[in-house]
Amino acid sequence: MKPSLFGYRAPTTLDDAIKILASDADAAVLAGGQSLLPAMNFRAANPTLLVDIQHVDGLRGVTVEDHRIAVRAMTRHRELELHPEVQRTHPLIAEAMAHVAHVPIRNRGTVVGSLCHADPSAEMPLILVLLGGTVIAQGPLGAREIAAEDFFQSFLTTTRRPDEIIVEARFPLLPPGAGWAFDEVTRRHGDYALVGLGCTLSVDGQGRAKNLRLAACGIADRPVRLKAAEAILTGTTLQSGDLNAAAAASTAAVTQSDEANASASYRRRALTALIHRIVAKAAARTRPRMVQ
Amino acid sequence: MKRMAKPSIPERSSDPRIDVSLTVNGETIHRAVSVRMLLSDFLRHELGLTGTHVGCEHGVCGCCTVLIDGKAGRSCLTLAVQANGTEIRTIESVAEADGTLHPIQQAFKECHALQCGYCTPGMVMNILARFEEPYPLDLSDAGVRDMLSGNLCRCTGYINIIAAVRRAAELLGRT
Amino acid sequence: MSTRTFGARIERNIDPKLLRGEGAFVDDIPLTGVLHSAFLRSPHARAGIKRLDAAAARRHPGVVAVYTCDDIGALDMAMPLLIPHPCMTDPQTQRPLARGDVHYVGQTIAMVVAVDRYTAEDAASLIEVDYEPLPVEMDLEKALQTGAPPVHPKVPNNLAAHFVQTCGTPDEAFARAEHITKIKVQVDRSTAAPMECRSIAANWDAVSGELTVWDGTQAPISVRGGLASVFQLDEDKVRVIAPDVGGGFGQKVLFFYPDELLVPMAAMQLGRPVKYIEDRRENFIGSSQERTQIHVIELAALKTGEVIGLRDIFLHDTGAFIPYGIAVAQVASTSIAGPYRIPNIFVEFKAVYTPTVQVTPYRGCGRPQACFAIERAMDQLASELGLDRFEVRRRNFVTEKEFPYPREGLLFADGLKVTLDSGQYAKALGMAAAELGAADFPAEQAKALAEGRYLGLGLACYVEGTGLGPYEGGHVKIHPITGKVYVNTGLTSQGQGHDTVFAQIVADQLGVRPEDVIVVEGDTKAFDWGVATFASRAAVVSGNAIHKTAMVVRQKTLLAAANMLEVNIDDVELRDSAAWVKGSNRFVPLAAVATASNPLRYAFNEAAQAATQFAPASKHDGPPLAEGEAPGLEATEYFSPSQSTWAYGVHGAIVEVDPGLCTVKIRKYVCIHDCGNMINPTIVEGQVLGGIAQGIGGALYERLDYQPDGNLANASLMDFLMPYATEIPNISVLHLETPSPLNPLGVKGVGEAGCIAVGAVVASGVEDALRALGPITFRHVPLTPSMISDALEQIGH
Repeated sequence: MKPSLFGYRAPTTLDDAIKILASDADAAVLAGGQSLLPAMNFRAANPTLLVDIQHVDGLRGVTVEDHRIAVRAMTRHRELELHPEVQRTHPLIAEAMAHVAHVPIRNRGTVVGSLCHADPSAEMPLILVLLGGTVIAQGPLGAREIAAEDFFQSFLTTTRRPDEIIVEARFPLLPPGAGWAFDEVTRRHGDYALVGLGCTLSVDGQGRAKNLRLAACGIADRPVRLKAAEAILTGTTLQSGDLNAAAAASTAAVTQSDEANASASYRRRALTALIHRIVAKAAARTRPRMVQ
Repeated sequence: MKRMAKPSIPERSSDPRIDVSLTVNGETIHRAVSVRMLLSDFLRHELGLTGTHVGCEHGVCGCCTVLIDGKAGRSCLTLAVQANGTEIRTIESVAEADGTLHPIQQAFKECHALQCGYCTPGMVMNILARFEEPYPLDLSDAGVRDMLSGNLCRCTGYINIIAAVRRAAELLGRT
Repeated sequence: MSTRTFGARIERNIDPKLLRGEGAFVDDIPLTGVLHSAFLRSPHARAGIKRLDAAAARRHPGVVAVYTCDDIGALDMAMPLLIPHPCMTDPQTQRPLARGDVHYVGQTIAMVVAVDRYTAEDAASLIEVDYEPLPVEMDLEKALQTGAPPVHPKVPNNLAAHFVQTCGTPDEAFARAEHITKIKVQVDRSTAAPMECRSIAANWDAVSGELTVWDGTQAPISVRGGLASVFQLDEDKVRVIAPDVGGGFGQKVLFFYPDELLVPMAAMQLGRPVKYIEDRRENFIGSSQERTQIHVIELAALKTGEVIGLRDIFLHDTGAFIPYGIAVAQVASTSIAGPYRIPNIFVEFKAVYTPTVQVTPYRGCGRPQACFAIERAMDQLASELGLDRFEVRRRNFVTEKEFPYPREGLLFADGLKVTLDSGQYAKALGMAAAELGAADFPAEQAKALAEGRYLGLGLACYVEGTGLGPYEGGHVKIHPITGKVYVNTGLTSQGQGHDTVFAQIVADQLGVRPEDVIVVEGDTKAFDWGVATFASRAAVVSGNAIHKTAMVVRQKTLLAAANMLEVNIDDVELRDSAAWVKGSNRFVPLAAVATASNPLRYAFNEAAQAATQFAPASKHDGPPLAEGEAPGLEATEYFSPSQSTWAYGVHGAIVEVDPGLCTVKIRKYVCIHDCGNMINPTIVEGQVLGGIAQGIGGALYERLDYQPDGNLANASLMDFLMPYATEIPNISVLHLETPSPLNPLGVKGVGEAGCIAVGAVVASGVEDALRALGPITFRHVPLTPSMISDALEQIGH
């Protein structure tokens, strides 16, 4: 399985990269290649030009700022996962990243690349949506910031324009005392999630859930916030009745039809189980601790 | 079967070629490669280092694992041109020059952790990379399995490979 | 050093080479000027080829040749039917390149030969084909109906074979039964998926007229014979080498695959070496698959649980072609009664054509399916009669005093009557129960349930007919210069460690270290009488042949050494690579004995000189080489087994099922197995563990997902789920060694043992775990979370 022929450029400045990308409608950005190369080897993707951005100035690095973590385009998954500041300030990210494929893939693949690939079962798009993060797109007309919920459009499709390069992803930090949890069910270790779920919340002065966010991957053509469930659970003490209601209200969000690896009814059942477990786990991590 | 006249065959394909310079097992290499040549093919056929094996060409089986700038990576998911300027290590760099096995290889032998040997170089390179990282090793049942997840083996059932990882840690004085 | 090595856990000779990456798999072998092949494969399951135009492909730069069915002369033929059987009606095999019709997605239509694989793939995509798609029927039961779309127009109803076997009087048994249990079970299609895909390279030497083929095959001698026949070459002019091979598991025993004919043809035609290295996608859509069977099995029992009759009627999916005959279905049929007495058996199968990749043996070869059927039925019988699962089995086991236990009317794959020769079935069951903690399990299960956790115990027994003929051979030679021992046999290894196992057999006979025994297999130039590696037969058949041969060489060595040492032959012993006078320090090195036993020797080295210090190796009047004698210490012998020898085992597991996520975790897996005397227990365990992992794959993960239109939806390792290390639990393997009475070494085969019982164990365990929630049964593997979810929904959970 060898790729079909393509042109190849390896620019060293972002301006050059954007110009080259704009020059060919069937060009593709090559960062880590862990999603693109398999598709090319299968000849499912046949870009006529590859713009390799690994040598572009200014695209490396992780910056931990006051309210967010900024991840530049060529940051490999593993760099973010093992970053001491990120592990300390945002353990949700490390917890989610341990599920992303396997270490050798995470050594080469990039976080931004995973976001741009937009597989609806992938973990990092889910985390971006859960946290309400953004990406920075840079194109011939300049830069723009795109909110996560506006970025992931449908199956393998984002709102990045063909002549734009996503240069950065921004993951908001959680407020002090927030609880968080992520888990997924897969067929094998490291596979894409059949259903993945993340939850963040804080607790108010009366011990009730506030700012509760719940997002899932694998159940639709993109990661989705479970807003009905959020509305049901916010302001409650997360009793099992509340969780049952939240789960019942979420099954409609499972729009992914039957697949060989998972039927829709199975996804609904798994989502229900995960809602119970993940919300409880997040609640157990709040400070002060939620009394349930 | 009727013999054809010897056909006129070009030396190589008409793919555009790009110059690459990289280090492979400590040796500096300069070549002109087809732009689309996979690193796995470059190592195996251009350089004759056939110890790195190809099992799937979609990044799942791990047979093609090499070290790219010190980190385990799939050579089937890397273009040779992407490897320009990098340091590559393959299985051929692991044993001593006189053939003495590295402790990881020795552990595999002691533990019967290979049968057909096809997945073995990728396994060894993956384990080697982890051992050479400056992070503690998790040698629990779950930890070793996690380390090996991402390398498929169809012969051994993994049990002996798990034992070999622990034996290698023992031989290398790692806990 | 005189430690007996048979039975010892010694490390493998071949490992350092493989560990250093110095293995020589087909694609590793450097061939100057080699050309590369790629295939155009059918995108339709059934279609007529209306037009094919390869002009653009032929013109493409770097392309040397493009072959279609019109370009391959006499090779445009249906490829051989390897194992005929009268129960097949007009058996169909495929052509190397399709003519007229295609019969499965992946079928080869054209072959491109080019300067590299990239170019060859480019060119293949330039071949223009107009297809006229035809209707398909993927369902086995529907495919047999009148009017179902035929895979082969001349085989209406898609019935490839129909076979009935009867043992005893099953109708009578069912008539007097006090209880009848009847269930339907299904096993889904999987594939061997060895880590090395198939591979072949060929070189034609026009000067010597010799064709050399490197083929990642399990059957080099048989392939050689086939190639010589097809190309009308003398067998001596065809050399087939199976070099290092990265796993076979049955997939690589079939021949011919189209490339096995076309690549040698291209090499001969083009005057350049040619190779074809199958890629993973092609392995999924071109190389053999196996497992799909649907069984309706009935047990006729007494209230005591004694099973007096068995009726099994099954459908076997043979794919689009049936080149290996009915072997898989036949092995399933003859394994259906497992280790149980069941004196009255009716087993009937229909092999059905479907427009899919052809089905030929994959490790287990029908035994996993048969085991799944009988073991699920035994569990159901126990449940219906209110008996313990272990007890029902115990009551039905063939007992030790009943061996040999024949099943008249059931003919195994070798055409011989099934006869269980030896075993300790009850003891194995007891060991399994103990290792599982079965006695304490009900309490453990109840405690877990109180905590909201669902634990279950799964159990299954199996038998494995192994070591079938017709024969294999051994050649042993002590080398005069080094004193090392060279061993050859006809079959070959794909990871089973023959180089070490056979060395152990010889080492004991000749008193040498196993490291000094060099085993060379898989080269028809080194040895060319034999069959192949399959059906768990190498240790039994080649092992015994090599043993016989080594004994002959041993005798020659003792005799020659006795002459050289001038003592009686009874006073000589072999150890440490030398012949010793017992109880003394006098010895002669084996190298010297070998040298001396070759009368035409010059003293060109130390070993030869040393030989002259002793008396002549041969004591007789007359010419240096006596009548009937051969020079050197060398022999060739053969072993032809009288019948298969039946290994067996018991597997059990504790599983935990999460009804929320519908996941199954195997907490503990126990395997008791008996393959007779073990030559190398470590290698035996390796085979068993590897088989169990494949069994876990088949139990929970591996299912080829054919769509209603015949397309294979998961033709990649991303979507066809093989277990990683994270999916394999700790496994406890315990050995019983009941020697086989059927061969001098007392060995039985073990290559397929691990995978046979796992599906039944897992289904049994999951059923036991979820019993607390309601009456759920699991009779279909692989057992996926969606299936568990559906079952829970059906009982309202």
